[in-house]
Amino acid sequence: MSNYFGDYVTVAVFLLIGAVVVGGGVIAAKMLQPNNPTALKSQVYECGIEPIGSGWSQSHVRYYIFALLFLIFDVEAIFIFPWAVNLETFANAGFGVFILVEMFIFIAILVLGLVYAVRKGVLTWE
Amino acid sequence: MSFAVLLTVKVLAVLGLMLGGALVVIYAELKVGAHMQNRIGPYFAGGRFGWAQPFADALKFMQKEDLVPDGADDRVYKLAPYVVLMGTIGVFVVLPLSPRFVARDLDLGAFYALAISSLTTLGVLMAGWSSNNKYSLIGGLRAAAQLIAYELPLVLAVVAVAIQAGTLSISGIIEAQAAPAFSIGELNVALPYILTGQIIGFAIFVVASLAELSRIPFDMPIAESELTMGFVTEYSSIRFAMFFLAEYAGMVSMSALATAFYLGGYQLPGLSATAVEVLGPVIFISKVFLLSFLFIWLRWTLPRFREDQLQSLAWRWLIPAALLNIAITATFKVVF
Repeated sequence: MSNYFGDYVTVAVFLLIGAVVVGGGVIAAKMLQPNNPTALKSQVYECGIEPIGSGWSQSHVRYYIFALLFLIFDVEAIFIFPWAVNLETFANAGFGVFILVEMFIFIAILVLGLVYAVRKGVLTWE
Repeated sequence: MSFAVLLTVKVLAVLGLMLGGALVVIYAELKVGAHMQNRIGPYFAGGRFGWAQPFADALKFMQKEDLVPDGADDRVYKLAPYVVLMGTIGVFVVLPLSPRFVARDLDLGAFYALAISSLTTLGVLMAGWSSNNKYSLIGGLRAAAQLIAYELPLVLAVVAVAIQAGTLSISGIIEAQAAPAFSIGELNVALPYILTGQIIGFAIFVVASLAELSRIPFDMPIAESELTMGFVTEYSSIRFAMFFLAEYAGMVSMSALATAFYLGGYQLPGLSATAVEVLGPVIFISKVFLLSFLFIWLRWTLPRFREDQLQSLAWRWLIPAALLNIAITATFKVVF
């Protein structure tokens, strides 16, 4: 089997095994555990009193802003990886300083974004 | 040997490593934590030293009734532990215990490990959302916010390692640390990356992986005193045990990644290549357990962060520090 294809098969098999471990555990537990659900038992836990309203309550918008911030920096990380691996090759070819300055500009723009977010008060909680 | 047979052997070995490692760390947590608090800890299970306590716990979990709460999103609720454990076992594919003892040495190993481990975030968010419980939802959202915030310093710390090693294959990174750092006369001395410039990166990686594992001092998502048990509040029986297992297996895999990136993996300074071939797994696993011990030690020492302090630490300190670390590493690489 080719190396390239083998990589994917190996990873897929391992992910499948992860699912089998959980599935096997669930089936094994089925043989050991009792099963008689009542209305009271399956009530949602809320400190022992009857739950008030729905469990899917509104949550603060700040979590959404964190997700947005994350998206920006995660994409940045993807761009940095190929640069990081090839830095040595470029440095040996004599482009070292050029490629270094390029990346510094790229990082500086992103840091500017982070500074803006911090100054805007995204990280200050009341 | 044919590919299929070899793969079966690898699967069994990795399962043994994951489950065995997790059991040892769970036991260590009980016993070490107890001694740090001047208690004895598990004592009776198994006859001596309470060694069978993790097994007894697992069996106890399996005997409990498996409940799905009222009005929960049934399918998502049941799927969440699968996603979490798949993300956890995925990392073990690329962990090299010795030059030849590795399930699959992917070219993008380091990148793959970070990517597949963030599958856990998705599972945690699914668990929190589907439970139809306010504690679970808040816990799940906190977990997601925390995991994505600390994913960045983690990834950026690894970028600096990739710069220094010039490769993303984990075996390649370990081999790069075997290159001699300096020579005394005839003797070539190879040093791990923690001693050759990546000390800041190592610190960032350890702090961020503590947060990725939602362990004290970063356990806001399951803060017992305020959120009951966070995103696992409604889980019981074996499904709860699977989240528990994933946490401790995650501790093993995170320690293993830190070992490979910063502590020289299966290498030990002064050891010949033939000795590494034989002793590699022992050295690697010792380093992994040493780091796991550090994680346990921190857990029983530090108090919990507040949620905003936690976010502020990631965005204001760790990410800029990691970017600075990249800049310094890259400059050194180009100039020298």
